Amino acid sequence: MDALDLARWQFGVTTVYHFLFVPLTIGLGIFVAGLQTAWHRTGKEHHLRLTRFFGKLFLINFAMGVVTGIVQEFQFGMNWSEYSTFVGDVFGAPLALEALLAFFLESTFLGLWIFGWERLPKRVHLACIWAAAIGSNISAYFILAANAWMKHPVGYQVVGGRARMTDLWAVLTNPTALAQVPHVVAASFVVAGGFVIAVSGYRITRERRPAAGENTTAPLGGNAAAGLGEDAAVPLARQTRGRAAARVPGDAAMWRGSLRAALVMTAIAGVVVAGTGDLSAQYMREQQPMKLASAEGLRHDTTGAPYSLVPGVEVPNLLSLLAAHDPGARIEGVEDIQRRYQAEFGPADYRPNIPVVYWSFRVMIGFGLSAVGLSLLGLWLTRRRRPAPAWFARACLFALPLPILAVIAGWLLSEIGRQPWTVQGELLTAASVSPGVSLGEVAISLTVFTLLYGALAVAEVRLLVRHVKAGPDPVPASPSPGLPGDADADAAHLTPTLMY
Amino acid sequence: MELTTFWFLVIAFLWTGYFVLEGFDFGVGALLPVLGRGEAERKQMLQTIGPVWDGNEVWLITAVGAMFAAFPAWYAGLLSGFYLPLVMVLAGLIVRGVALEWRGKVTARERALCDAGIVAGSVLTAFLWGAIFGHLLYGTAVATMLGGALSLTLAIVHGAVFVALKTSGPLRARARRAALAAAAVALPVAVVALPAIPSSGAGGAGWTARPLLWLAALAAMAALASAVALVWRRREGWAFTATAASIVLATAALFGTLWRAPLPGLTVAEAASAPYTLSMLTWIGLVALPFVLAYQAWTYWVFRRRVAA
Ligand code: HDD
Ligand code: HEM
Ligand code: HEM
Repeated sequence: MDALDLARWQFGVTTVYHFLFVPLTIGLGIFVAGLQTAWHRTGKEHHLRLTRFFGKLFLINFAMGVVTGIVQEFQFGMNWSEYSTFVGDVFGAPLALEALLAFFLESTFLGLWIFGWERLPKRVHLACIWAAAIGSNISAYFILAANAWMKHPVGYQVVGGRARMTDLWAVLTNPTALAQVPHVVAASFVVAGGFVIAVSGYRITRERRPAAGENTTAPLGGNAAAGLGEDAAVPLARQTRGRAAARVPGDAAMWRGSLRAALVMTAIAGVVVAGTGDLSAQYMREQQPMKLASAEGLRHDTTGAPYSLVPGVEVPNLLSLLAAHDPGARIEGVEDIQRRYQAEFGPADYRPNIPVVYWSFRVMIGFGLSAVGLSLLGLWLTRRRRPAPAWFARACLFALPLPILAVIAGWLLSEIGRQPWTVQGELLTAASVSPGVSLGEVAISLTVFTLLYGALAVAEVRLLVRHVKAGPDPVPASPSPGLPGDADADAAHLTPTLMY
Repeated sequence: MELTTFWFLVIAFLWTGYFVLEGFDFGVGALLPVLGRGEAERKQMLQTIGPVWDGNEVWLITAVGAMFAAFPAWYAGLLSGFYLPLVMVLAGLIVRGVALEWRGKVTARERALCDAGIVAGSVLTAFLWGAIFGHLLYGTAVATMLGGALSLTLAIVHGAVFVALKTSGPLRARARRAALAAAAVALPVAVVALPAIPSSGAGGAGWTARPLLWLAALAAMAALASAVALVWRRREGWAFTATAASIVLATAALFGTLWRAPLPGLTVAEAASAPYTLSMLTWIGLVALPFVLAYQAWTYWVFRRRVAA
């Protein structure tokens, strides 16, 4: 065990952790913006309630995305100083642009959205959530362009031991990035869609149950500003809603609506994920053959390569068909590539951890597409005003973990499959690490982050669960009297659950 | 102007923006239990920074991102060189950020925990930035502590003035008194620490070697002193301008000093990216930055009114 191993663990742990929150921010932001747009268009109260309900869940999650992201940006310099010095000229540019063009947009307009409910004209307020949500998606583009460059470096020249950018446009339109960006963004929509599906399914199940236990939910502190009025009103509303069960059609329709919207979102995103994943696999064959071979456990160069479903079960010619769109194509195998790399780059082991890469690939596709399948099934079951069957509403809970596991697996495939390179063909991971940082220092930081992240994960999950269980707040009859002026009083009762 | 010089100035500008803007966020956070008597007042305090703190933090992210792109060796050397202090900075920012966002969405008991997180995160981070740069200049424990004391006390004065400027009622009066009390500590620290900035490093101790930097350091002191007078005379807007100016001038002195050697043994030219990268970044930055500044300014305009209890 040396500093390099720990630095790799730290990068893996903190990045996977960051990416638990990222997809929800990317997908749910757009979903909430869509809900608010629906409210703006229709004026229906339940659109507003859903906006505020999912908006609150979005914000709880967003906080974690932000604070874990800062760690990522610092980590390149802290743990990977050789890497940073080598690539900064090229790789730093998209990171700087991400901050300037995306993060400012995201955080500024989100602040305006959270605190601006009654201070801004309705349209402007709506525009704020769109600006924030679009900012998240722009940020995904830049960071993924940076990541794609590590897989397929373009637009640069190595001069004096450092990569020098020669063509920014080439870096930003790297074909690998143009496949990866829609793949990851669409995968994020699968995650966010799955989250909404699971929450809606849970609420549907709960609305149908008798009232017992509804009132045990602890009152939430954020309501304090609304004064006794709201705190007293909430349990009352819940009681009636709970007891009446299916007899209150309003809420059932509301949750069916959010369920349907999320099912549509997930299904469409699923198609994009599959299409762009296919494209990524073709680039992988050209640019990172070792990764493809490891993902398939293919030992030797093979023409008409079979696709391995699980070890021992193979579909003849399918791999060649998928990766090259030609059933007879030749796919390179791990051992043969290893030989060729040794000749090209000198003696070393150029094979990644094959079992991890192999299984990650299957978990990504299998779990991710099962969630997409679930959404297609749901669309069929709830067609033409049909309510969701009880068993399906419960099955919806699977839509939460499946896509999350799929995106994590996708990143393990992508990042572990690239090893031992940080920049494919240019820089080895072993040569990337900070020379001046000791084992003890990395051990301390790994411990600090692991403990902190662990505690925060528990807190975040508890917080989300509690708010999902509590359900949306009832909305005051006239939520939006208009422009600034006498707005403070209204703001106080409209926004407490979003502000602090 | 030559591109490396220009980008050094850009980075100094971004750090300055960060220290001025997050400075009052940290100050407000540190003063939360001191000034905010009861939940209503704490809420009132936090609402002064609520809509803006996250945008303010992005100044740091942009500053660091720009260092990565424009001066990779500086970025890599600084961040790996200050490894453990930065781990603590990150921990502080994490705790503070999450506590701020979650505070309104938890039970009363957990809210106390959030408050503790806001205070600890603000104090720790505000101290550490000064400590890191103090250590960078001198490499001694005394300089580290002094730098930390300077950034922490400046942030507290700045934050107290900000609360006085942005609130009404008893909180406003209390914030004014707190600003005076904090300034009583900050001023002596500044008198020792600020002149130490331009006199650090090899061959540049005296007046004559770096007249401009000395001027900046002394003007930072003067600005802080005038802030005290302005608070005393209840000119909160001007007092805030003065504390902001004092931070701007102190940061200018710092980066002016770093210009010779951003890290021991490294020159700005050695650290820089190639001209192509810098010119690309320049064009994009020149187009985008006005928009960013405009919408951030607009946010402050939207939330310009004093927050009532
Ligand atoms: C595909 C998307 C994606 C990926 C791969 C990453 N991030 Fe991220 N990041 C986001 C998408 C995102 C986001 C959606 O924009 C976040 C998540 C939650 C949020 O607030 O913004 C964010 C937040 C976020 C922040 C805080 C921004 C703020 O304060 O508003 C920073 C500094 C980073 N990220 C940096 C990184 C770095 C250096 C990464 C590389 C390892 C990284 N992120 C991977
Ligand atoms: C957010 C999604 C991401 C996840 C979940 C992820 C995951 C991982 C994992 C698990 C490793 C460790 C691999 C190993 O050591 O075997 C790793 C390494 C690395 N990744 Fe990523 N990654 C992500 C995004 C990125 C992005 C966007 C970049 C660059 C912009 C990046 C840059 C790196 C670097 C520099 C390493 C080097 C450390 C190493 O090789 O061990 N990653 N990543
Ligand atoms: C037909 C199904 C799919 C195929 C063929 C596919 C293909 C791929 C390939 C080849 C990569 C590696 C790209 C590289 O490292 O160069 C990848 C990465 C990834 N996949 Fe998939 N994928 C599929 C489905 C999914 C699903 C359903 C999800 C999540 C819901 C997902 C999420 C990801 C993520 C997050 C990455 C890492 C980022 C990247 O490298 O692009 N994928 N996928």
